[in-house]
Amino acid sequence: MADTPKIEFSRRGFLKGAGITAATTVIESANALARDAKGALHGAQTIGPDALPIKLRVNGHEHAVTVEPRYTLAQTLRDNLDLTGTKVVCDRGSCSACTVWIDKVPSLACMTLAVDAVGREITTIEGLSHGDTMHPVQAAFVKHDAMQCGFCTPGMVMSCAALLERNPNPKLDDVKHAVSGNLCRCGTYPKIFAATLDAAQQHAQVAGLVTLNAGTEA
Amino acid sequence: MAPETFLLEEQQSATQEKPQEPKRTENFVFGIPQNGLQQKQREVSQDEPPPLPANSELTYIGKPTQRYDGPAKAMGKGRYTADVNLPGMLYARMVDATIPHGRIVSIDTSEAEKLPGVRAVHVIEHVYGLAELRDPKQETPSRYPVIRYAGQPIAGVAAISQQIADDAAKLVKVQYDNQPFVVDRTEARADDAPVVFPGPADAAGSAGGGGGPKDVPQKGNVHGPQRKQVGDSEKGFAEADVIVEGEYFTQVQTHSALETHGFVVDWKPDEVTVYASTQGTASVRDDFADVFKLPKSKVRVITEYMGGGFGAKFGAGNEGVVAANLSRKANAPVKLMLDRRQEHIICNRPDSHQTLKIGAKRDGTLTAIQLTSYGTAGVGTGAGAAGPATNLYKCPNLLTEEYDVFVNAGPGAAFRAPGHPQGCFAFEQAIDELAVKLNMDALALRDKIDENPARKVERQLILERTNWRSRKPAGSDAGPVKRGMGIAQSVWYRFVDMDSACEIRVSRDGSVELMSAVQDIGGGTKTILAMVVGEEFGIPPANVVIRIGDTRFPIGPNSGGSVTAGSITPAVRNAAYQAKQKLFAAVAPAFGTTADNLAVQKGRVVFKNDPSKSYTLKQVTAKLPTNEISARATRAAEYSKERLIYGGVDYVELAVDTETGRVHVEKVFGAHDCGRPINPTGVINQINGGILQGISYALFEQRIMDRNAGYMLNANLENYKILGAREVPEIEVALVENYIAQSSTDAAGIGESAGIITLAAAIGNAFYNATGVRMRKIPMTPANVLTALGKVQGEVQA
Repeated sequence: MADTPKIEFSRRGFLKGAGITAATTVIESANALARDAKGALHGAQTIGPDALPIKLRVNGHEHAVTVEPRYTLAQTLRDNLDLTGTKVVCDRGSCSACTVWIDKVPSLACMTLAVDAVGREITTIEGLSHGDTMHPVQAAFVKHDAMQCGFCTPGMVMSCAALLERNPNPKLDDVKHAVSGNLCRCGTYPKIFAATLDAAQQHAQVAGLVTLNAGTEA
Repeated sequence: MAPETFLLEEQQSATQEKPQEPKRTENFVFGIPQNGLQQKQREVSQDEPPPLPANSELTYIGKPTQRYDGPAKAMGKGRYTADVNLPGMLYARMVDATIPHGRIVSIDTSEAEKLPGVRAVHVIEHVYGLAELRDPKQETPSRYPVIRYAGQPIAGVAAISQQIADDAAKLVKVQYDNQPFVVDRTEARADDAPVVFPGPADAAGSAGGGGGPKDVPQKGNVHGPQRKQVGDSEKGFAEADVIVEGEYFTQVQTHSALETHGFVVDWKPDEVTVYASTQGTASVRDDFADVFKLPKSKVRVITEYMGGGFGAKFGAGNEGVVAANLSRKANAPVKLMLDRRQEHIICNRPDSHQTLKIGAKRDGTLTAIQLTSYGTAGVGTGAGAAGPATNLYKCPNLLTEEYDVFVNAGPGAAFRAPGHPQGCFAFEQAIDELAVKLNMDALALRDKIDENPARKVERQLILERTNWRSRKPAGSDAGPVKRGMGIAQSVWYRFVDMDSACEIRVSRDGSVELMSAVQDIGGGTKTILAMVVGEEFGIPPANVVIRIGDTRFPIGPNSGGSVTAGSITPAVRNAAYQAKQKLFAAVAPAFGTTADNLAVQKGRVVFKNDPSKSYTLKQVTAKLPTNEISARATRAAEYSKERLIYGGVDYVELAVDTETGRVHVEKVFGAHDCGRPINPTGVINQINGGILQGISYALFEQRIMDRNAGYMLNANLENYKILGAREVPEIEVALVENYIAQSSTDAAGIGESAGIITLAAAIGNAFYNATGVRMRKIPMTPANVLTALGKVQGEVQA
């Protein structure tokens, strides 16, 4: 995926080396991971296997959590921060249900270690809306019924909203490309395509659409 | 739910009827608008609401309506079982078998228990989901359940984090005594094949169906046949002018619901609270009460949001039982979700090898149908595929024999129209082949042999709205990429779950809420319930509060076999109607009139004798002498005992690249009926989904077993390929309203007949039209396609 940022430790490669009892990893600083302007790490040191305190910036707020170095970002969001909108489906990077934005780039939270997200700006599905006001893509998903069971929906929304960030006027093929890694077992793709194209077109108009079809009682 | 259970359902509804009850006669709208709507007289109970007119005359029912919980889902606020986080909750992992067949010599949990953070370990005493021996004494006694498939649950561990639970699961040491195994259906049929069960064994279905027949013969691993006979098929073939015969092969498909099976169980002495990813809160409650010998009143099941089931999520399952035992031992809530590998292993749609023969007169009249099918549901049963051959068209002579073949693989489970996609792949291709032999148009042949009025309208829609009339003779494209068109038809059955009840409350402030234990598994049940209530009270559906998915509310139907809409909406309308009558009776004096002079019209409460007197619901409820009125209703019996079916006709345009073997479905047009559609938006969405699952089944999906090691090789989402965005064709759906005068709403589900049944057959027929070659095996992967085209030497059909 061209959109996935370069993550220094692939989870799988890391776990392979780590094993069960020696879950150590090599990072620059346990408590305050710093990166250079390009996001690269240098001057590595060993941390773990025990849990360590880190700070994650999620949806504009800083959260202090204590996690083992092997915790994924997806799990940390869900289990430690109770941000359960981010779903885990395959847990190995093949379905995109866990898509979040890391520094505005759609990324797989199940393939990202929490310690690797330190110092990054993380946006989850919960951070896309403002109170009850939905992001235009969310509003368009509701308008077009671009969901059934809804389990893939947060990941789909994050992928489609990211597409509109980088391409405000996508064609159908661009939408298909943007969600080509997102699986939906209920088969709501046609509605997802329509919703995303509509959101692009209606960007300004739908921004305020919140509720169901109904108005208030006379 | 198998078609055979249909009569049982009818009997159930008959017994619930009170014979002495006075009835009244009503005229119901009946038929299909395209054919001109008629009236049907029915005797109904006194407390039934008056008949609903056709959708075109209603305010909310039948109008495209946004999903009730759409904003919650789009904003990630829906709390699925996997998302439940309770104070002090532990995380669990299932330990499962690493061998396909054998006995457990010993299980050592001491290392796991010693791991810091582990709070409980539970070793399974009885494993659910497998066929059970008719005579348990045929099994040599064993301390632990005998392992019959790789991935069979053995134990569970609970710890303070998922990582620790995963670590501990790996520390559970299991010693096995290996036995010979077989994972291949054909090999398992051999006389000298290793036997999966030491004697005859049967598996029951779930609330979603599946399961096979009992009391059939079993020899080795071959369980059956279940035989159905009408007339004399030999005589029928003797009378035939034309006979088509062929063998068809379908693969094992896994459910791959995005939320894996799982539970959060909070075991407390006074009440066990169970959060379940389930299609049936009632089925979970039944199982928990049964397994743990608890009164149902002490089991509460909650399913607020559910991440897909497709037929495989009913009852407690091994994971529910293990989670409960762990919670009891650890004295803390426990979350146990299966991992993706386990999800792929524990449920599937069985495969099939079908031998099908159809005889017909020169004018197309069918004279005989004969089907023999062998299929494997692993360590379960339920691989029968005779539904379409038996129920699509009338034929005086029919013989079907269905065999289940046991292998050492995970059990089959009900999966969206059990047996029907397999059966339809063979049967509707054979009908197509018959049309070719008779030199008849495939739609015209079906016009001749199909008595169903809805499908007739659906075929007409295909003629009018697709390119069918410009269809070219088979294999007439010159280049390497060949295009074709095909159709196939489906059949599903009207089942009703009488355990469908609800309560409706109306408060003085005008608020209306509905409560039922029924769950919304993604089909949009919350939305249609809000629409039915809204219609009755004349208020927008969004103003109705829907509280469902909790067994503290009146019992709801289990969502299997497309029963939900048809079962629960009449109960909801009846409760709403009764609550409204109570409201009118309570407030009429305050308005200086009588209750029978009040009615809801176009969203207002009006005086029947003076339409100038018109009020909002809020103005009316404000006059309630008490704070609240409520009404509870249970599903009333069907208005008549007719056997009813639903169906659809799906049309496919595709391209076959005869050099690469790739099949590209380019366009699908589906025409479908499901009684009275309540929310067309939701119905069409489900049909889209069924069509896409059908394409995925036809082209991509396939469980692959390692024949030498005996486990599933592709139990993940990267090697088990399901359809993605890139493979989505242009889809158009037409809904055919079909008023059946059976209940106070006439609603019916669409989950089963929504395209999943037909697509493999329609693609097969279009493939034939494109290439002149018949695909008798799915998935139509490049390897299978090139083999069928004679371009490569393929392996022997299996």
